[in-house]
Amino acid sequence: MSQRFRLLRWMIPLAVIPVLALLAYGFRTDPREIPSPLVGKPASPFSLTAFDGKPVSLDSLKGQVVVVNFWSSWCYPACYEEAPSLERAWQTYKDRGVMVVGVNFQDKDEPARRFLTQFGHTFPNAPDPSGRVSVDYGVYGVPETYFIDRKGRVRFKQVGPVSDDLLKRQIETLLAEAA
Amino acid sequence: MRGIAPVLLIALLTLAVGSVSAAVSVSEDAVHDVAAQLRCVVCQSLSVADSPSETAHQMKAIIRERLAAGESPEQVKAYFVEKYGTWILLSPPRQGFNLLVWIVPFAGLAVGLALVLILIRRWSRRPATGTDAMPLTADMRARIQREMSERES
Repeated sequence: MSQRFRLLRWMIPLAVIPVLALLAYGFRTDPREIPSPLVGKPASPFSLTAFDGKPVSLDSLKGQVVVVNFWSSWCYPACYEEAPSLERAWQTYKDRGVMVVGVNFQDKDEPARRFLTQFGHTFPNAPDPSGRVSVDYGVYGVPETYFIDRKGRVRFKQVGPVSDDLLKRQIETLLAEAA
Repeated sequence: MRGIAPVLLIALLTLAVGSVSAAVSVSEDAVHDVAAQLRCVVCQSLSVADSPSETAHQMKAIIRERLAAGESPEQVKAYFVEKYGTWILLSPPRQGFNLLVWIVPFAGLAVGLALVLILIRRWSRRPATGTDAMPLTADMRARIQREMSERES
Protein backbone atom coordinates (compact mmCIF):
# COMPACT_ATOMS: atom_id res chain seq x y z
CA MET A 1 0.00 0.00 0.00
CA SER A 2 2.68 2.49 1.02
CA GLN A 3 4.58 1.69 -2.15
CA ARG A 4 1.65 2.78 -4.27
CA PHE A 5 1.33 6.06 -2.40
CA ARG A 6 5.01 6.73 -2.83
CA LEU A 7 4.57 6.25 -6.58
CA LEU A 8 1.58 8.62 -6.62
CA ARG A 9 3.48 11.22 -4.64
CA TRP A 10 6.00 11.35 -7.45
CA MET A 11 3.58 11.01 -10.32
CA ILE A 12 1.30 13.91 -9.41
CA PRO A 13 3.95 16.65 -9.40
CA LEU A 14 5.58 15.01 -12.39
CA ALA A 15 2.36 15.46 -14.35
CA VAL A 16 1.21 18.77 -12.84
CA ILE A 17 4.41 20.84 -12.86
CA PRO A 18 5.04 20.81 -16.65
CA VAL A 19 1.39 21.67 -17.31
CA LEU A 20 1.51 24.56 -14.81
CA ALA A 21 4.78 25.79 -16.31
CA LEU A 22 3.27 25.72 -19.80
CA LEU A 23 0.15 27.58 -18.63
CA ALA A 24 2.24 30.14 -16.72
CA TYR A 25 4.21 30.81 -19.89
CA GLY A 26 1.17 30.74 -22.18
CA PHE A 27 -1.02 33.09 -20.19
CA ARG A 28 1.71 35.66 -19.90
CA THR A 29 2.24 36.00 -23.62
CA ASP A 30 -0.22 37.89 -25.78
CA PRO A 31 -1.32 35.62 -28.65
CA ARG A 32 -1.97 38.71 -30.79
CA GLU A 33 1.55 39.96 -30.40
CA ILE A 34 3.47 38.18 -33.10
CA PRO A 35 7.04 39.31 -33.67
CA SER A 36 7.54 40.38 -37.26
CA PRO A 37 10.28 38.47 -39.03
CA LEU A 38 10.72 41.54 -41.26
CA VAL A 39 12.36 43.78 -38.67
CA GLY A 40 15.98 44.23 -39.71
CA LYS A 41 15.33 43.04 -43.26
CA PRO A 42 15.10 45.16 -46.42
CA ALA A 43 11.58 46.53 -46.87
CA SER A 44 9.67 45.03 -49.79
CA PRO A 45 9.43 47.44 -52.69
CA PHE A 46 5.96 48.54 -53.71
CA SER A 47 4.44 50.80 -56.28
CA LEU A 48 0.85 51.85 -55.86
CA THR A 49 -1.39 54.54 -57.25
CA ALA A 50 -2.56 57.00 -54.63
CA PHE A 51 -6.19 58.10 -54.26
CA ASP A 52 -5.24 61.35 -55.99
CA GLY A 53 -3.88 59.39 -58.97
CA LYS A 54 -0.20 60.01 -58.28
CA PRO A 55 2.22 57.08 -58.14
CA VAL A 56 3.68 56.08 -54.78
CA SER A 57 6.67 53.78 -54.75
CA LEU A 58 9.23 52.86 -52.16
CA ASP A 59 12.04 52.98 -54.71
CA SER A 60 11.52 56.70 -55.22
CA LEU A 61 11.95 57.25 -51.47
CA LYS A 62 15.46 55.83 -51.12
CA GLY A 63 17.56 57.76 -48.63
CA GLN A 64 14.54 58.95 -46.70
CA VAL A 65 13.04 57.68 -43.48
CA VAL A 66 9.70 56.15 -44.47
CA VAL A 67 6.72 55.51 -42.24
CA VAL A 68 4.27 53.09 -43.88
CA ASN A 69 0.91 52.99 -42.17
CA PHE A 70 -1.74 50.38 -43.00
CA TRP A 71 -5.26 51.57 -42.20
CA SER A 72 -8.94 51.08 -43.00
CA SER A 73 -12.00 53.24 -42.71
CA TRP A 74 -13.76 50.37 -40.93
CA CYS A 75 -11.02 50.10 -38.35
CA TYR A 76 -12.70 51.98 -35.55
CA PRO A 77 -11.53 53.30 -33.14
CA ALA A 78 -7.82 52.49 -33.52
CA CYS A 79 -7.30 53.96 -37.01
CA TYR A 80 -9.35 57.03 -36.09
CA GLU A 81 -7.29 57.53 -32.93
CA GLU A 82 -3.94 57.49 -34.70
CA ALA A 83 -4.94 59.45 -37.83
CA PRO A 84 -4.33 62.96 -36.40
CA SER A 85 -0.93 61.87 -35.02
CA LEU A 86 0.15 60.63 -38.45
CA GLU A 87 -0.77 63.93 -40.08
CA ARG A 88 1.01 65.87 -37.31
CA ALA A 89 4.15 63.75 -37.74
CA TRP A 90 4.03 64.35 -41.51
CA GLN A 91 3.70 68.11 -40.99
CA THR A 92 6.58 68.13 -38.49
CA TYR A 93 9.03 65.99 -40.40
CA LYS A 94 8.21 66.34 -44.11
CA ASP A 95 10.99 68.87 -44.63
CA ARG A 96 13.52 66.75 -42.76
CA GLY A 97 13.76 63.76 -45.10
CA VAL A 98 10.80 61.83 -43.76
CA MET A 99 7.98 60.37 -45.85
CA VAL A 100 4.69 59.13 -44.49
CA VAL A 101 2.74 56.74 -46.71
CA GLY A 102 -0.72 55.41 -45.95
CA VAL A 103 -1.79 52.08 -47.43
CA ASN A 104 -5.51 51.45 -47.38
CA PHE A 105 -6.17 47.83 -46.36
CA GLN A 106 -9.28 45.81 -47.39
CA ASP A 107 -11.49 48.83 -47.83
CA LYS A 108 -13.98 50.37 -50.24
CA ASP A 109 -13.11 53.42 -52.27
CA GLU A 110 -15.81 55.77 -51.05
CA PRO A 111 -15.51 55.30 -47.24
CA ALA A 112 -11.71 55.38 -47.61
CA ARG A 113 -11.87 58.76 -49.37
CA ARG A 114 -14.29 60.03 -46.73
CA PHE A 115 -11.80 59.00 -44.03
CA LEU A 116 -9.01 60.94 -45.76
CA THR A 117 -11.20 64.04 -46.08
CA GLN A 118 -12.33 63.77 -42.48
CA PHE A 119 -8.76 63.85 -41.17
CA GLY A 120 -7.42 66.14 -43.90
CA HIS A 121 -4.51 63.84 -44.67
CA THR A 122 -1.99 65.54 -46.94
CA PHE A 123 0.54 62.69 -47.15
CA PRO A 124 0.13 60.15 -49.95
CA ASN A 125 -2.43 57.41 -49.35
CA ALA A 126 -2.98 54.52 -51.73
CA PRO A 127 -5.32 51.56 -51.87
CA ASP A 128 -3.87 48.05 -52.09
CA PRO A 129 -6.60 46.38 -54.14
CA SER A 130 -4.88 43.03 -54.60
CA GLY A 131 -3.61 42.89 -51.03
CA ARG A 132 -0.13 42.17 -52.33
CA VAL A 133 1.64 44.96 -50.49
CA SER A 134 -0.13 43.99 -47.25
CA VAL A 135 1.08 40.39 -47.55
CA ASP A 136 4.57 41.56 -48.49
CA TYR A 137 4.63 43.49 -45.23
CA GLY A 138 3.15 40.67 -43.22
CA VAL A 139 0.11 42.72 -42.22
CA TYR A 140 -2.46 40.74 -40.28
CA GLY A 141 -4.70 43.53 -39.12
CA VAL A 142 -5.07 47.28 -39.06
CA PRO A 143 -3.62 49.54 -37.94
CA GLU A 144 -0.01 48.49 -38.39
CA THR A 145 2.87 50.87 -38.97
CA TYR A 146 6.34 50.14 -40.29
CA PHE A 147 9.36 52.37 -39.85
CA ILE A 148 11.91 52.08 -42.64
CA ASP A 149 15.40 53.56 -42.30
CA ARG A 150 17.34 55.49 -44.93
CA LYS A 151 18.99 52.28 -46.12
CA GLY A 152 15.58 50.80 -46.86
CA ARG A 153 15.43 48.33 -43.99
CA VAL A 154 12.39 47.75 -41.79
CA ARG A 155 13.46 48.81 -38.32
CA PHE A 156 10.30 48.75 -36.26
CA LYS A 157 6.78 47.48 -36.53
CA GLN A 158 3.95 48.88 -34.46
CA VAL A 159 0.82 46.77 -34.14
CA GLY A 160 -2.10 48.94 -33.06
CA PRO A 161 -2.39 52.72 -33.13
CA VAL A 162 0.66 54.97 -33.14
CA SER A 163 0.88 57.95 -30.80
CA ASP A 164 2.63 61.30 -31.25
CA ASP A 165 5.20 60.10 -28.77
CA LEU A 166 5.94 56.82 -30.55
CA LEU A 167 6.16 58.48 -33.98
CA LYS A 168 8.53 61.10 -32.65
CA ARG A 169 10.73 58.55 -30.88
CA GLN A 170 11.01 56.19 -33.87
CA ILE A 171 11.48 58.91 -36.48
CA GLU A 172 14.09 60.78 -34.43
CA THR A 173 16.03 57.54 -33.86
CA LEU A 174 16.16 56.81 -37.59
CA LEU A 175 16.92 60.41 -38.51
CA ALA A 176 19.86 60.44 -36.09
CA GLU A 177 21.52 57.64 -38.03
CA ALA A 178 23.87 58.40 -40.87
CA ALA A 179 22.42 57.86 -44.31
CA MET B 1 6.91 59.71 -79.46
CA ARG B 2 4.74 58.14 -82.16
CA GLY B 3 7.68 55.99 -83.21
CA ILE B 4 8.29 54.61 -79.75
CA ALA B 5 4.72 53.55 -78.95
CA PRO B 6 4.48 50.53 -81.32
CA VAL B 7 7.92 49.34 -80.26
CA LEU B 8 6.89 49.55 -76.63
CA LEU B 9 3.66 47.73 -77.37
CA ILE B 10 5.50 44.91 -79.12
CA ALA B 11 7.99 44.71 -76.28
CA LEU B 12 5.17 44.50 -73.74
CA LEU B 13 3.35 41.87 -75.79
CA THR B 14 6.42 39.68 -76.12
CA LEU B 15 6.98 40.05 -72.38
CA ALA B 16 3.38 39.01 -71.72
CA VAL B 17 3.58 36.06 -74.09
CA GLY B 18 6.90 35.05 -72.58
CA SER B 19 5.49 35.01 -69.09
CA VAL B 20 2.41 33.07 -70.22
CA SER B 21 4.45 30.36 -71.89
CA ALA B 22 6.66 30.08 -68.82
CA ALA B 23 3.60 29.70 -66.60
CA VAL B 24 2.47 26.33 -65.38
CA SER B 25 -1.23 25.56 -65.32
CA VAL B 26 -2.33 25.38 -61.71
CA SER B 27 -5.17 23.20 -60.51
CA GLU B 28 -7.54 24.44 -57.84
CA ASP B 29 -6.49 21.39 -55.80
CA ALA B 30 -2.89 22.55 -55.74
CA VAL B 31 -3.94 26.02 -54.55
CA HIS B 32 -6.23 24.53 -51.91
CA ASP B 33 -3.48 22.23 -50.72
CA VAL B 34 -1.15 25.13 -49.92
CA ALA B 35 -3.96 27.35 -48.63
CA ALA B 36 -5.07 24.64 -46.18
CA GLN B 37 -1.64 24.74 -44.53
CA LEU B 38 -1.60 28.50 -44.04
CA ARG B 39 -3.33 30.44 -41.30
CA CYS B 40 -5.80 33.09 -42.40
CA VAL B 41 -4.15 36.17 -40.92
CA VAL B 42 -7.31 38.11 -40.14
CA CYS B 43 -9.28 35.16 -38.71
CA GLN B 44 -9.28 33.23 -35.49
CA SER B 45 -8.11 29.67 -36.08
CA LEU B 46 -9.10 29.29 -39.73
CA SER B 47 -6.98 28.23 -42.65
CA VAL B 48 -6.71 30.36 -45.77
CA ALA B 49 -8.60 27.61 -47.61
CA ASP B 50 -11.54 27.68 -45.18
CA SER B 51 -11.90 31.40 -44.65
CA PRO B 52 -14.41 33.40 -46.66
CA SER B 53 -12.61 36.67 -45.89
CA GLU B 54 -11.32 39.04 -48.54
CA THR B 55 -7.78 38.71 -47.24
CA ALA B 56 -7.93 34.92 -47.58
CA HIS B 57 -9.19 35.33 -51.17
CA GLN B 58 -6.26 37.58 -51.92
CA MET B 59 -3.84 35.18 -50.29
CA LYS B 60 -5.25 32.38 -52.44
CA ALA B 61 -4.75 34.57 -55.51
CA ILE B 62 -1.12 35.07 -54.48
CA ILE B 63 -0.67 31.31 -53.96
CA ARG B 64 -2.17 30.62 -57.40
CA GLU B 65 0.03 33.25 -59.03
CA ARG B 66 3.20 31.92 -57.43
CA LEU B 67 2.40 28.32 -58.30
CA ALA B 68 1.63 29.42 -61.85
CA ALA B 69 5.02 31.11 -62.00
CA GLY B 70 6.56 27.70 -61.42
CA GLU B 71 7.21 27.84 -57.68
CA SER B 72 6.86 24.65 -55.67
CA PRO B 73 4.32 24.50 -52.82
CA GLU B 74 7.26 24.56 -50.42
CA GLN B 75 8.58 27.77 -51.98
CA VAL B 76 5.15 29.39 -51.74
CA LYS B 77 4.92 28.47 -48.08
CA ALA B 78 8.45 29.77 -47.54
CA TYR B 79 7.37 33.14 -48.99
CA PHE B 80 4.57 33.46 -46.43
CA VAL B 81 6.84 32.29 -43.61
CA GLU B 82 9.37 34.96 -44.64
CA LYS B 83 6.68 37.62 -44.30
CA TYR B 84 4.71 36.38 -41.30
CA GLY B 85 7.05 33.98 -39.51
CA THR B 86 6.26 30.35 -38.75
CA TRP B 87 3.10 31.64 -37.04
CA ILE B 88 1.44 31.47 -40.45
CA LEU B 89 1.87 27.70 -40.68
CA LEU B 90 -1.05 25.81 -39.16
CA SER B 91 1.21 22.91 -38.18
CA PRO B 92 4.43 23.91 -36.46
CA PRO B 93 7.57 22.86 -38.36
CA ARG B 94 9.05 19.58 -37.10
CA GLN B 95 12.30 20.91 -35.75
CA GLY B 96 13.86 22.33 -32.60
CA PHE B 97 11.59 23.14 -29.68
CA ASN B 98 8.52 22.57 -31.87
CA LEU B 99 9.36 18.86 -32.04
CA LEU B 100 7.93 18.62 -28.51
CA VAL B 101 4.47 19.32 -29.92
CA TRP B 102 4.85 16.34 -32.24
CA ILE B 103 6.44 13.94 -29.75
CA VAL B 104 4.80 14.67 -26.39
CA PRO B 105 1.23 13.55 -27.27
CA PHE B 106 2.41 10.21 -28.64
CA ALA B 107 4.89 9.71 -25.80
CA GLY B 108 2.13 10.55 -23.31
CA LEU B 109 -0.20 8.07 -24.95
CA ALA B 110 2.47 5.35 -24.86
CA VAL B 111 3.26 6.02 -21.18
CA GLY B 112 -0.46 6.02 -20.34
CA LEU B 113 -1.06 2.73 -22.16
CA ALA B 114 1.92 1.13 -20.44
CA LEU B 115 0.65 2.33 -17.06
CA VAL B 116 -2.85 0.94 -17.71
CA LEU B 117 -1.41 -2.43 -18.77
CA ILE B 118 0.77 -2.66 -15.67
CA LEU B 119 -2.13 -1.75 -13.36
CA ILE B 120 -4.54 -4.17 -15.03
CA ARG B 121 -2.07 -7.00 -14.59
CA ARG B 122 -1.47 -6.07 -10.98
CA TRP B 123 -5.18 -5.78 -10.13
CA SER B 124 -6.16 -9.01 -11.85
CA ARG B 125 -3.52 -10.89 -9.83
CA ARG B 126 -4.65 -9.76 -6.38
CA PRO B 127 -7.82 -11.90 -5.74
CA ALA B 128 -5.79 -15.12 -6.21
CA THR B 129 -3.48 -14.19 -3.36
CA GLY B 130 -6.35 -12.85 -1.23
CA THR B 131 -8.65 -15.97 -1.04
CA ASP B 132 -6.39 -18.37 0.74
CA ALA B 133 -5.48 -15.78 3.33
CA MET B 134 -8.36 -16.92 5.61
CA PRO B 135 -9.15 -20.63 5.43
CA LEU B 136 -12.61 -21.63 6.64
CA THR B 137 -12.34 -23.81 9.74
CA ALA B 138 -14.93 -26.38 10.90
CA ASP B 139 -15.71 -24.18 13.91
CA MET B 140 -16.36 -21.19 11.70
CA ARG B 141 -18.62 -23.20 9.37
CA ALA B 142 -20.69 -24.44 12.31
CA ARG B 143 -21.02 -20.91 13.66
CA ILE B 144 -22.18 -19.54 10.34
CA GLN B 145 -24.81 -22.26 10.04
CA ARG B 146 -26.02 -21.62 13.56
CA GLU B 147 -26.36 -17.90 13.05
CA MET B 148 -28.11 -18.33 9.72
CA SER B 149 -30.73 -20.59 11.20
CA GLU B 150 -31.23 -18.16 14.11
CA ARG B 151 -31.98 -15.40 11.65
CA GLU B 152 -34.47 -17.46 9.72
CA SER B 153 -36.50 -18.50 12.78
